[in-house]
Amino acid sequence: MAVYLDHNSTTPVAPEVLEAMVPYLSGECGNASSIHSYGQRARAAVERARESVAALVGARAAEVVFTSGGTESDNLAIFGIVAADTRAAKHVITTQIEHHAVLNSCQALERLGVEVTYLPVSRAGVVDPAEVRRALRPETVLITVMHANNELGTVQPIEEIGRIAAEADVYFHTDAVQSAGKLPLAVDGLGVDLLSLSGHKLRGPKGVGALYVRKGARLRPLFYGGHHERDRRPGTENVPGIVGMGRAAQLAAANLAVDGPRLAVLRDRLERELVARVPQARVNGAGAPRTPNTSNITFPFVEGEALVIALDLRGVACSTGAACSAGAIEPSHVLTAIGLPPEEARASLRFSLGHETTTADVETALAIIPGAVETLRELSPLYQKTAG
Amino acid sequence: MIPESNPAPVVVAMSGGVDSSTVAGLLARQGARVVGLTLQLWNQRRLPELAGGDGPVAHRCCSLDDVYDARRVAEHCGFPFYVMNFERRFEDAVIRPFVAEYLSGRTPLPCAHCNSSVKFSDLLTTARQLGAERLATGHYARVRRNEAAGRWELLRARDAGKDQSYFLFGLTQEQLARTLFPLGELTKREVRDLARDLQLPVAEKPESQEICFVPSGDYAQFIAAYQAEQGAAPETTAGEIVNTAGEVVGAHAGVHGYTVGQRRGLGALRREAGAHREPRYVVRIEPESRRLVVGEDRELFRDRCLVGDVNWVSVEAPSAPLRAEVKIRHRHEPAAAWVEPLEESGSAGGAAHLCVRFDEPQRAITPGQAAVFYDSDRVLGGGWIR
Repeated sequence: MAVYLDHNSTTPVAPEVLEAMVPYLSGECGNASSIHSYGQRARAAVERARESVAALVGARAAEVVFTSGGTESDNLAIFGIVAADTRAAKHVITTQIEHHAVLNSCQALERLGVEVTYLPVSRAGVVDPAEVRRALRPETVLITVMHANNELGTVQPIEEIGRIAAEADVYFHTDAVQSAGKLPLAVDGLGVDLLSLSGHKLRGPKGVGALYVRKGARLRPLFYGGHHERDRRPGTENVPGIVGMGRAAQLAAANLAVDGPRLAVLRDRLERELVARVPQARVNGAGAPRTPNTSNITFPFVEGEALVIALDLRGVACSTGAACSAGAIEPSHVLTAIGLPPEEARASLRFSLGHETTTADVETALAIIPGAVETLRELSPLYQKTAG
Repeated sequence: MIPESNPAPVVVAMSGGVDSSTVAGLLARQGARVVGLTLQLWNQRRLPELAGGDGPVAHRCCSLDDVYDARRVAEHCGFPFYVMNFERRFEDAVIRPFVAEYLSGRTPLPCAHCNSSVKFSDLLTTARQLGAERLATGHYARVRRNEAAGRWELLRARDAGKDQSYFLFGLTQEQLARTLFPLGELTKREVRDLARDLQLPVAEKPESQEICFVPSGDYAQFIAAYQAEQGAAPETTAGEIVNTAGEVVGAHAGVHGYTVGQRRGLGALRREAGAHREPRYVVRIEPESRRLVVGEDRELFRDRCLVGDVNWVSVEAPSAPLRAEVKIRHRHEPAAAWVEPLEESGSAGGAAHLCVRFDEPQRAITPGQAAVFYDSDRVLGGGWIR
């Protein structure tokens, strides 16, 4: 079995989560909207899960909408808020390092006549709140800034931006898909009106997520059908998925205080040793506050795609950045935004640890990675030229 | 054949087609540690105006369907499979020269460039980076070690009709040492039978016939679309059509739409005084003056050509003229000739030049194509027709 260091891409389902889900994949088949007792039990399970998710982010249960995942939550937040706003001219503020679910949604908004400002970030991968304030316009309807970046792990100054948004009376959404379970979340403290979550980043199943929507926020649904989720998201509830996500949220809240520091120690060791053992290896985003599990490292003179494959063949699973953009010809937009030239962006790998990662895993990875890099470099014409 | 005790993997270049899939399945059955790799070489969606025109037999290269097929084969045979993006390299090494050659009045041979510069160079390097000692492909050709001569030899495939050795003349000794062509001893029919025997999902998949990045076969359209995408000023190569006496007999829309020996697309030509109504063929392309020179069939025959950038494969570069059977085109019966090295010792660029002198005049010798020298089954070497 390979050492799995790609938790930011997805996480193994926790045994407790699987256990919680199984009844709803077998005997407990009720539609949560049905009147009869099967339905009532399903309904109860969904609402219990909702309470758990709400508790994870410091919200009220009624403010949690279940979706099919982080991408849908982002879409619902962005299109939902913008469409519900009745002004003729609209403007949205976001950053250059958002996940594609946010970026591509914003690009789609531009094609619909909405103006969008994509704020740059520092070399460390952090957006400046002052820039958010400067970008505000009378017609700004939404600010959307991710809590933690998926490729770098860098944490954005959400609280400060929240205050700016409140002052300007502009809706504020944050994609917390990567921070949930790794950093404490409290919607009031963060000052957000909307917050996206994804089940499978939290040791829950794939195919389920949630969107926190502050009470009173005006949100248009993405699609139409029944009256589920208080008319915000139609469709028969994915009961097993929701139950799984609820249990995952409970575990995340319970483990946060212990997992965070433990993973930081492991991540720091991995990072420190790789930089020490691999000449010219460099950590990206090290100068900023980061989630405790993420390490993005550039290995100059190596083709990232080839290194990921080489590592997989040697038993280490990691990624070059976002899983959804694997095989893309363009280098990572996040690494480009922090100033990496294309060759360096393409030479960067992301290692992301998780609840199951052990000290032994890190030591195994350390035994394998430097050698793999060396093998690639030895056969790389680029390395020969500069080393020669 | 890879001994079972050898733990080093063999990388198989997989296109999703029957040939490369059979190679992968065969090696896996023989106990080799196969790693399947599909190269993403060209994004068909890049030139949207070319999309949506799918001929009955044409199969787009690097399409999602092909990747899917390759993945299914890997899944069926149980070996790891990856897709790697080589688009930038392919564009630089194959597409750009392809367009430039056509615009310069030559007829390029992109598959040979791809083999030399991408498949057996970058891909081979990547295979070694992944820990493999050898790269296997579905080419119909054979490699043989000649211990006495201390050389790796490249041979025609046993199936003469499928032989692809013509496109592999540029391979170096170092590259051949690390290459496997498991299909070289098999006929196409035997390969299909083997694919069925291996129960490969692609056993009945039809062949693709065209250049991988121009599935429609319409090179002129591709070139125009690529030029437009690159923002190249639409400089025209349109000009006059003249006969071999220099008289203007017509007009053409661009030299890159023509190749030596071509008859169609010349339009209505002015009837020359006293000339019989013989068909006219492109005899020569003069890109500087943007002229197409046309003539009768007999004017297409020449008994010699200059060949440059020669790569010697099965033998060392000779100092004296040698006899060979020379192919000037993929679909061409090798013709007996003298291959005569020209005196170019110490010339700038160091590219070997020689003159091929055919026993019998050959029809439509085309600059840009390869001249490959055979000695029976062995590929002695080859170069580019000037």
